[in-house]
Amino acid sequence: MNALEVRDLKKVYRKDVVALKGVNLTVEEGDFFALLGPNGAGKSTLIGIVSSLVNATSGETKVFGISVQKERSRAMAQIGLVPQEVNFNQFEKPIDIVVNQGGYYGVPRRLARERAERYLKKLGLWDKAFGPSRQLSGGMKRRLMIARAMVHEPKLLILDEPTAGVDIEIRRSMWKFISEINAAGTTVILTTHYLEEAENLCRNVAIIDHGDIIENTSIKHLLGKLQVETFVLDLREPNETLPEVDGIEIVQRDPSTLEASIPKSRSLNRLFRVLEEQGVEVISMRNKANRLEELFMRLVGIDEEAA
Amino acid sequence: MSVEVSASTYWTGFKTILIKEVTRIVRIWPQTLIPPVITMTLYFVIFGSIIGRRVGEMGGIDYMEFIVPGLIMLSVITNSYGNITSSFFGAKFGKHIEELLISPLPPWIILAGYVSGAIFRALVVGFLVWLVAGFFSGFHMHNVAVTLSILLLTAIVFALGGFINAIYAQKFDDIAIIPTFVLQPMTYLGGVFFSVGLLPGVWEQLALANPILYMVNALRYGMLGITDVSLGLAYFMILLFGAALGWISLMLLKRGTGLRT
Repeated sequence: MNALEVRDLKKVYRKDVVALKGVNLTVEEGDFFALLGPNGAGKSTLIGIVSSLVNATSGETKVFGISVQKERSRAMAQIGLVPQEVNFNQFEKPIDIVVNQGGYYGVPRRLARERAERYLKKLGLWDKAFGPSRQLSGGMKRRLMIARAMVHEPKLLILDEPTAGVDIEIRRSMWKFISEINAAGTTVILTTHYLEEAENLCRNVAIIDHGDIIENTSIKHLLGKLQVETFVLDLREPNETLPEVDGIEIVQRDPSTLEASIPKSRSLNRLFRVLEEQGVEVISMRNKANRLEELFMRLVGIDEEAA
Repeated sequence: MSVEVSASTYWTGFKTILIKEVTRIVRIWPQTLIPPVITMTLYFVIFGSIIGRRVGEMGGIDYMEFIVPGLIMLSVITNSYGNITSSFFGAKFGKHIEELLISPLPPWIILAGYVSGAIFRALVVGFLVWLVAGFFSGFHMHNVAVTLSILLLTAIVFALGGFINAIYAQKFDDIAIIPTFVLQPMTYLGGVFFSVGLLPGVWEQLALANPILYMVNALRYGMLGITDVSLGLAYFMILLFGAALGWISLMLLKRGTGLRT
């Protein structure tokens, strides 16, 4: 069973602004799926249509086989949404926000209260549960929206840039929580600007650009398309002669740092053999950029220098 | 297995919206419950006690008693309308209406929840004004069933009107225009302070086109046993407006006007 099926989905806003040009997309049940794309590519419109906040111009969206357009109520019962912008009543307490959301999905009040306590505790918000929600920090507000989306225990959890502007410690705790939710059987769709996040968490990915899906595959397969990887080599001693290795482009960034761009067809051993012959000692090595980031920039045609 | 939606989902959803609305009304009671009571007390003191003594009788009864149903109706109308406009537009403005829009609840449950919240506030304020009125002119009740049904139906009609206003409103000014420029004049000209029979010829005919006149007179019948219009016609007018506004509200909500893009 597919958790999400999108067929020929089009959205045209007023003044003929085309947000989606006929998107086709499938997300399998249990998947951890990344939806990537630059700003204005159509990610939020697509999520808006799936969650019924945006009316599609044409096409069909099914959640676990239930049409969003024809059986909205049943389809919505399967989904939990964490939107990009804060959209809870900031005059209410976190506990009330989560419990009330449970009620809108038919969760009896006592059960909603138990679940609210469980999720707020898991997300480190229990000590703030009875204070005014407007006093929460940005990261706490995002975690509150995750707890709110989980209170009816949806089969499909959609997170629209949940970690934007969140510090690394909180981000990692959110990753852990979402991974646990996915491991327990909830299908997760994630949009993010942190490509490291998608690479670390997700199994499959779709890249959307100018209202079209330009890539829809597994992360592994996508990374396999990366033809050249650039590594940064830190040297023990400053080096004055630039080493030459056939088929590998080497650039000296500063006397103690080299950058080597290596095609997939070439072996790293060859590079190290030449460096050793020339008496250059490498003390550490890392990828210049996140691998998915490199691919993403190529696919959506962003010039690295310009970016 | 997909998560299923049943009648109990809807019932729990309705109760949740109502609990949320009642909690809001009670939490901000100095804004929601007290001001109308103070305003109405001033009306009773100035129009009833001071000016009313010079007026004497209206429609065969003491002027102070005569204005009580109209002032209760004025409170019910403004509070029912005002509650739903501020609450629903506030939710729309703060974007937390999305909590409901993405839920499985159908439009009629969302509407019923908000309308019930407005009825709660309107009837609580109406009851408080009735208590104040009792202090000035004693408690009068001619027909409890007519009194309660007219108050309930009127609260529903104006809650639905307020809901439509909130759907179309894009800024806070938009929810103040109709109460100020339409509702208040219609209420004051709807026979709150006078019997419609006192109006000269054409003005009396014009006044009969005002639906609030029927509501005020039907309540006056329920409380005092006197009315300028037929009770049957009053019920017919109220039910007609209620059905029309209810249908429009549901259509707007279903289409997502002002809510979904």
